[in-house]
Amino acid sequence: MSEQQKREMSDETVIRLVGMHKWYGDFHVLKDINLDVKRGERIVICGPSGSGKSTMIRCINRLEEHQQGQIIIEDTELTNDVKNIEEVRREVGMCFQHFNLFPHLTILDNLTLAPIWVRKMPKKEAEELAMHYLERVKIPEQADKYPGQLSGGQQQRVAIARSLCMKPNIMLFDEPTSALDPEMIAEVLDVMVTLAEEGMTMLCVTHEMGFARKVADRVIFMDGGEIIEENTPEPFFNNPQNERTQLFLSQILNH
Amino acid sequence: MAEKYTPGTHPDLPPPKNLVGPAAWIRDNLFSGPVNSIMTVFCLYLLWVIVPPLVNWLFLNADWIGTSRDDCSKEGACWVFIDVWMRQLMYGRYPAEEIWRINLSYILVVLTALPLFFKAVPSKVKGALAGVLLIVYPIVFFYLYVGGSFGLEFVETPRWGGLFLTLVIAVTGIVASLPLGIVLALGRRSEMPVVKSLCVVFIEFWRGIPLITVLFMASVMFPLFVPEDLSPDKLVRALVGVALFSSAYMAEVIRGGLQAIPKGQYEAAAAMGLNYWKSMLLVILPQALKMVIPGIVNTFIGLFKDTTLVLIIGLFDLLGMAQAAATNTDWLGFTIEGYVFAAFGFFVFCFAMSRYSQRLERALDTGHK
Amino acid sequence: MSQAPHEMAQMPSKPPFWRDPDKRAMLFQALALGFVLYLGYSLVSNTMANLERQNIQTGFNFLSVSTGFSIAESIIFYDEDSSYLDAFFVGLGNTIYVSIIGIVLATVIGFLMGVARLSNNFLLSRLAAVYVDTLRNLPLLLQIFFWYFAVLRPLPKPRNAVEFGESIFLSNRGLVGPKPIWEDGAALIGWALVAAILAAIGIGRWAKQRQAATGQTFPIWRTALALVVLLPLAAAVITGFPVSLEVPELKGFNFRGGMTLTPEFAALVLALSTYTAAFIAEIVRSGIMAINKGQTEAAYALGLQPGITMRLVIIPQALRVIIPPLTSQYLNLTKNSSLAAAIAYPDLVAVFAGTALNQTGQAVEIMSMTLAVYLFLSLAISAFMNWYNARMALVER
Repeated sequence: MSEQQKREMSDETVIRLVGMHKWYGDFHVLKDINLDVKRGERIVICGPSGSGKSTMIRCINRLEEHQQGQIIIEDTELTNDVKNIEEVRREVGMCFQHFNLFPHLTILDNLTLAPIWVRKMPKKEAEELAMHYLERVKIPEQADKYPGQLSGGQQQRVAIARSLCMKPNIMLFDEPTSALDPEMIAEVLDVMVTLAEEGMTMLCVTHEMGFARKVADRVIFMDGGEIIEENTPEPFFNNPQNERTQLFLSQILNH
Repeated sequence: MAEKYTPGTHPDLPPPKNLVGPAAWIRDNLFSGPVNSIMTVFCLYLLWVIVPPLVNWLFLNADWIGTSRDDCSKEGACWVFIDVWMRQLMYGRYPAEEIWRINLSYILVVLTALPLFFKAVPSKVKGALAGVLLIVYPIVFFYLYVGGSFGLEFVETPRWGGLFLTLVIAVTGIVASLPLGIVLALGRRSEMPVVKSLCVVFIEFWRGIPLITVLFMASVMFPLFVPEDLSPDKLVRALVGVALFSSAYMAEVIRGGLQAIPKGQYEAAAAMGLNYWKSMLLVILPQALKMVIPGIVNTFIGLFKDTTLVLIIGLFDLLGMAQAAATNTDWLGFTIEGYVFAAFGFFVFCFAMSRYSQRLERALDTGHK
Repeated sequence: MSQAPHEMAQMPSKPPFWRDPDKRAMLFQALALGFVLYLGYSLVSNTMANLERQNIQTGFNFLSVSTGFSIAESIIFYDEDSSYLDAFFVGLGNTIYVSIIGIVLATVIGFLMGVARLSNNFLLSRLAAVYVDTLRNLPLLLQIFFWYFAVLRPLPKPRNAVEFGESIFLSNRGLVGPKPIWEDGAALIGWALVAAILAAIGIGRWAKQRQAATGQTFPIWRTALALVVLLPLAAAVITGFPVSLEVPELKGFNFRGGMTLTPEFAALVLALSTYTAAFIAEIVRSGIMAINKGQTEAAYALGLQPGITMRLVIIPQALRVIIPPLTSQYLNLTKNSSLAAAIAYPDLVAVFAGTALNQTGQAVEIMSMTLAVYLFLSLAISAFMNWYNARMALVER
């Protein structure tokens, strides 16, 4: 499908968070989150640590449970219903700050594990799929190595390829470059930019503001469990409205 | 519908009622699904079957006061039995008039060891106290317990028994195995092939055989190994066996500590001009030993439990004493009370020590690295 | 080619003998070796002198002499005419028998307790914690005595035995039950079992290949279970159940015939397995907790279900952490089985280093043989552990 057609589909809302609240015991960690994400949209979420941004995206694939409100992914509502949860997790991919590759499996096995056991793909087909995505992230030669033998940047790219092997419609990124040495951040961001340009719906929690400016359709600022401000990149960075946003931006854009 | 607040002003609300509080906790932790609920019911049933009869027997229907077995009814535990035999369970057949010597030693140890637990006490003082505990007291207590000099009456070792004997064996084992264990650990890490091989063989030998064979060897073979005129006392033979056995385990614990010291420490000590022994004594060993105190405590717990084996070679530790008391013709039929009391004694010591060791491990984990 | 003077001056000068570290090391080692040899020599000469003085035989000839004592239970044939060597093997056999059964039971109970400890169910995890903390802090000998004296001894005499059906009897001499005697045709059942196992393996292979080719899964374990149960059963039906039971009968003071589970064996196995299980539970628990939570999250995020996640992601990694200390515990159990001497179960130590040694007085030979057995077991298990660790180590840079 061409870039054009994908952009034209962006009337369809794929993620809806309606009045979502979450508590850890007595601690009110997410307060009245309302968010609509259209297909093909790229959203960057930023904010100070403890603001709940990671918690929010982890609620979207049910790694955390929300206690009030609704989360609707592509017409499926996320509840305790196991069938719904599995359906959502098949369509939503996630990349973690610490990669979480399976250290006892080769890179190839890491990628083919889910297609074989969840989508019931034949092994050969799964391996071809895996090699295709390894080439997309530019490290096909590492297929038979183990995660422990790769650098951080390579591991994160493998993690992205692993999620892509399930052909998700939505990708979630939880601070994907925060655990990387500076010289490896670029290679991972390049992959994410390519992914965005191909029309993937993305929610990305990150501190990389250059990436946000380049790729994001919307930037969201969260603090204290609430969405404080959201806007398209230019007005967000050049003209933040809320004083908390201004404070945060002044702190991170200074170096 | 929820109220709309301007961004940044949403107050912290309390969670919905059915999420916190006792009812929610019960639902989540005990009845969160069909399998969980069945488990809970099964556990409750187990508790119902075991706990009330146990409490009845141990406390409610038990007999606590009396002097002979007629004071014991059959419905509950006969703690009169324990009461009557308490002295033997604690001290064995040590003469009653001389027991003050043992109690004196206990008090001395507690008084000397108490400051070691307080942070406020300076390190140098703690080191001195530890030295007194580990080096001075063993010698002093030897003369105190055995007697025969300084005006104290001689008490031969076959009369030692009960908890006193358990402590003597376990503590002697640990104290004796510390220096030997250090030497073995250093030897195993040495680069001299002969020394290393000798240490490896020694350690693997003593770690590979059961303690009971060590005790058999000690009581049967030890007399063969020494010249005829030395006929060592049965307790001494057992102590030698236990010390050698324990030193192999101690060596491995200490070796773990030596391995964990970063190479930079060895290098810095060498760079300062310290030779091998000086750098070991002044820099490496103090750090290594402090780091493996939890491991040493764990070894001590194991040794404490293993002392029960001496009853197989005819020494009467706490368990042996309990068994002997229960087979006394006047007091037949109270084996369970004897074992319960012995179990209680061992459990209190071992549990306290293991909790202490866990606490230490947590403290050291955060402190080191 | 002659060396110029300045070249020679640049070669390092050799330090005097007593300051050269290499020479000092060699001297030190020579001294150490000399000391050990001296110690060994004086030990040996003292021993020879003492043995001669006490008129004790030396040498291994005693092994072919008949013992004259009987042994309460054995898995190989033994009677009073058997030699000391036979007694050695009886003891060894009993030790191995008790250890294997103890290891199997301890593993099962230990894994169950470890998983229970990790459970979300508050009651279950606390009860498991009580089990672990209690049994780990009580001496094993005490636990053996408890099982033996407190639980099993009070059982009635054989004459007043408790009856189950008409062929199973519980008394203070043990649990006696009918012994199956296989007749002709029973061999078919054996072959059916072998065939079932082979078929299960074959089906497993075929199912894996099919999954690789087409992606479809197959219920391998259920099929294997069905095969192993049904095929031998079918064979039994065809041959008309060719087994008769030898029922135990009360003759005199005890039962004759049938199979016996003695209180000594039962107490030892129960104590060994519950005690070791408490340690295994902790090993299993820390093994599973050692696996980073992120692994489970990554697997769930990919859509893998909890069962598959456990099987393919968590357990393979947990086993790496669990197996080394687990084999240590197996070795401990085998060494602890020597406590059998305390309740007169005829294991290697009780029979050989106990009775036989008392009778012949040949302590050196007997202890050497006994120790050699345990050392061999220890070294074998250590070697296995080293091999396993090397093979399973996660491949890193």
